[in-house]
Amino acid sequence: MKLDFDDITKRYGDHTVLDAITAQLEFPHVLALLGPSGGGKSTLLRVIGGLESPEAGSLMIDGQRVPTTEQSLRTFRSNIGTVFQSWNLFPHLDALANIMLPLTAVHGLSPEAARNRSLELLERLHLTGHAHKRPAELSGGQRQRVAIARAVAIHPRLLLLDEPTSALDPEMTAEVLEVIADLKAEGRTFILVTHAMNFARTVADQVAFLAGGRIVEQGSAEAFFTAPQSETARRFLAKVLKY
Amino acid sequence: MTRHQTINAVISVLLAATLLAAACFAILQALSWNWSGVWVYRQVFWQGWLNTIWISFAALALSIVLGLLAALGRRARYPALRWLSAGYIELIRGTPLLVQLLILFYVVADAVGLQNRYAAGILILSVFSGAYIAEMIRGGIESIGKSQLESARAIGLTRWQTYRHVIFPQAMRHVLPPLAGQAASIIKDSSLLSILGIEEFTLAAQQVNSATYSTLESYLPLAIGYLALTLPVSLLARRLENKFRYET
Repeated sequence: MKLDFDDITKRYGDHTVLDAITAQLEFPHVLALLGPSGGGKSTLLRVIGGLESPEAGSLMIDGQRVPTTEQSLRTFRSNIGTVFQSWNLFPHLDALANIMLPLTAVHGLSPEAARNRSLELLERLHLTGHAHKRPAELSGGQRQRVAIARAVAIHPRLLLLDEPTSALDPEMTAEVLEVIADLKAEGRTFILVTHAMNFARTVADQVAFLAGGRIVEQGSAEAFFTAPQSETARRFLAKVLKY
Repeated sequence: MTRHQTINAVISVLLAATLLAAACFAILQALSWNWSGVWVYRQVFWQGWLNTIWISFAALALSIVLGLLAALGRRARYPALRWLSAGYIELIRGTPLLVQLLILFYVVADAVGLQNRYAAGILILSVFSGAYIAEMIRGGIESIGKSQLESARAIGLTRWQTYRHVIFPQAMRHVLPPLAGQAASIIKDSSLLSILGIEEFTLAAQQVNSATYSTLESYLPLAIGYLALTLPVSLLARRLENKFRYET
């Protein structure tokens, strides 16, 4: 997959979150966006997912321009699977209904077909016994796996994972990381924002390091972790990998 | 509840019950009842009571529709709609029902040629109650977190689908208990329709009173008749509140 950023700028009031990013990111399957908090990773991910419109600049995904009108953005977003840090499941629907909703309401599947596809996914994620539980009755790790199932069920062209384990304890984190590793093994294409450095190193093909609203450096995961080019990245890695 | 609190509660209830019983006894002693005169008119009471029930039902249904429209209007994209809805809600909530009845019935209904006083009465009661229901629905809609709307956007739901699948079902939790309370209010407020000559429960009691001169015998059944309607509704409201409080 190839992402072409041309002068992408995003501001919140006076605060510039993405500072005229111009870059090309190419990766076979998995791209990790790394960097300090407030560096612009999550915002960049949201721009890629069409959830945030930049003030200036444009973005091409595999040579196709990301639309700017709400109408076409909706279609664009419906073909991208997004997983949020705090899962954002619908609390009034059980796990199965959460996965089925986009399938029936947006993708036009019959309830029958949507149900079958959702149950199959729940089984693959070892959640069969939890199909009829609401999010409040599930653990954090289970919720996040349901959220992943909801994102995968639509057969997205691209998956976006925004700090999927940041709100989880270590045991649940392992649970969810395992699922994400499986996604890679299945050959899915996804972009991951994470603070789990060791995981990023094993799962990502390519890494982009963001700080101060800019892509400071990019490269293969191996190269980035063994020999970071920039001083900022070196200091960041030294700090986060110290303990 | 601790043991101490339980004992206190029991004592309070016993005390209140004793006082109430004593008061009732004193009244019953002091008055010479004359139920026979009122009993003749039982059919009038009955018919008035039934009218109050269907008038309240009709007004409740219509006011939910009006409330929903006004609540959505306040969130509309067009400023004119937002202003119209806000104006309606504030105007109605800021004035007494009695004043609205007088103006809307004798001025507005008269001007537009609405002759049927039942239709006019129900309409005015609905307009009144709809403003309150609008605020309940708005509160329910606004209780839905931003992350839910974000999620709806991410999976590609349209504005209408977001309301249907995400906002309304969750807002119901917040809206149902106060809505049941509003139903009880409508039943009570419908008594004011008696001033328009609508033959509901209160007017029936007034008619019986003027025919029999037995004031207490006419109005005591009136209070009991209203309680028979509002108590079950209040209990329902309480139950809904408890049910939704523990279920997330």
